[in-house]
Amino acid sequence: MSIEIRSLTHIYGLGQPFEKTALENINFHINKGEFVGIIGHTGSGKSTLIQMFNGLLQPTQGNIFVDGVDINLDIENKKEVRRKIGIVFQYPEYQLFEMTIYKDVAYGPTNLGLSEEEINERVTRSLTLMGMDESLWEKSPFELSGGQKRRVAIAGVIAMQPDILVLDEPTAGLDPKGREELFNQLKDMHKLLNMTIILVSHSMEDMARHADRLLVLAKGRLIYDNTPREVFKHIEELEKIGLAPPQIKYIVRELRQRGFDIREDILTVEEAACQIARYLKGGK
Amino acid sequence: MIRDITIGQYYPVDSILHRLDPRTKIIAVFAYITSLFLIKAFYGYGVVILALGIVIKLSKVPIQFMLKGLKSIVFILIFTVSINVLFSTGEMVLVKFWVFTITVEGIVLAIKMALRLVLLILGSSLLTLTTSPIQLTDGIEILLNPFTKIGVPAHEIAMMMSIALRFIPILLEETDKIMKAQTARGADFESGSIIQRAKAMVPIMVPLFVSAFRRADELAMAMEARCYRGGAGRSRMNSLKYQTRDNIAFVVIILFIAFCIWI
Repeated sequence: MSIEIRSLTHIYGLGQPFEKTALENINFHINKGEFVGIIGHTGSGKSTLIQMFNGLLQPTQGNIFVDGVDINLDIENKKEVRRKIGIVFQYPEYQLFEMTIYKDVAYGPTNLGLSEEEINERVTRSLTLMGMDESLWEKSPFELSGGQKRRVAIAGVIAMQPDILVLDEPTAGLDPKGREELFNQLKDMHKLLNMTIILVSHSMEDMARHADRLLVLAKGRLIYDNTPREVFKHIEELEKIGLAPPQIKYIVRELRQRGFDIREDILTVEEAACQIARYLKGGK
Repeated sequence: MIRDITIGQYYPVDSILHRLDPRTKIIAVFAYITSLFLIKAFYGYGVVILALGIVIKLSKVPIQFMLKGLKSIVFILIFTVSINVLFSTGEMVLVKFWVFTITVEGIVLAIKMALRLVLLILGSSLLTLTTSPIQLTDGIEILLNPFTKIGVPAHEIAMMMSIALRFIPILLEETDKIMKAQTARGADFESGSIIQRAKAMVPIMVPLFVSAFRRADELAMAMEARCYRGGAGRSRMNSLKYQTRDNIAFVVIILFIAFCIWI
């Protein structure tokens, strides 16, 4: 299961005074099992880009290939593409509608036309994966807290058993504990099910810690496509497009300028602590 | 798809029509609607179409953009036309079968009705296309002001209207988002029987209502937090003043109405 984007351009409201180029000549390839992060300032085209992945938006120009098949050529194929690629939108809790949590999660699998047992199994598995206690399953989703609603909504997408899971700002508006839990659950799924995960986020710290690879968008263009280690070396360039690299990068830079012989590509606080300790010991 | 609905949308370009005082435009639209129902002779519609054409040209709103707004009334249009054609009584019977009689008068009436509807929608959509929501409600509020003496809550009506207008694009966008989210979960809105399609709407309507209530609640809270207490004693940033172009517009409107009564 891979996604390939080839010279993709998208323009909203073509030929109207509201015309706006959201994406311009984007090219990249995402392989099976990767954990990819997409970062960019508000309005850089991230949300537009992920809607392209399963054909919810048609590109103005360019192609999207899923497993080598152009998804916009074969209309029949779209439903299958949508099953393979699950998208969790921003504030997904606003899509909940059923009487009970169980039924809401079952909505997707039911649409796929699966058997009763299969649906039951999938709902059970995805709700458990998202850490929802069984005592809550027959409750109305509208009674839950914000974080719980979010997890039910994500479970609703996971129940489709996609090969690729795309999440748009899944931690926005959650408290630190909720964020950490959600990230751990995503990591688990990534490892256990070998699911490809594409994550859109504003939190550079989270991205530095979790993503294998980063795509950086600015004004509809893809400007970096590399590992977080490489991408976050460009502190000035990232600042220029309105992004703030992880704070530890600033400390590392400052230390290096003052003659600390530590590596430039440090990403996390733990790494930095380790390196500084080693330097101090070695220095003595 | 859902973005095609143009009702209540503002088209931001600069034209003589955009610069007119909103009050002038509101009065003009009322005059225009009245005239549509005054006209009896067929060639009268020709004159109205010509007048509307000139005004649309002046407004710099592309005609295709306006015609797109007609899509939403296609069903009503077909319905009206077929009812008129099939059920009108008249002297000159063309075809007669089962309970239906098709007469020449019926066909003429149907054409008139269809013309009226199309012209009505096109003309009135021009008002919102060339007037920003703020200007529009300002205009309505001032026009309604004389009626406050007999208990008409002018400011409140204007405020409700501006909020309603403000919410149209927001709710449309919200619908779009929810539709996408449910489509991503395998929902299908395009195929199936009418009943299946109606059922497929539930996953959209429920979240939409929930979010509409939530937004209304939040807005009320935000307004109260800023000490909103209705219209009494409120001043405005841009007060409306009639210009020369408005006087010219009024002359044109009066001439137009007189002409419509005359024919």
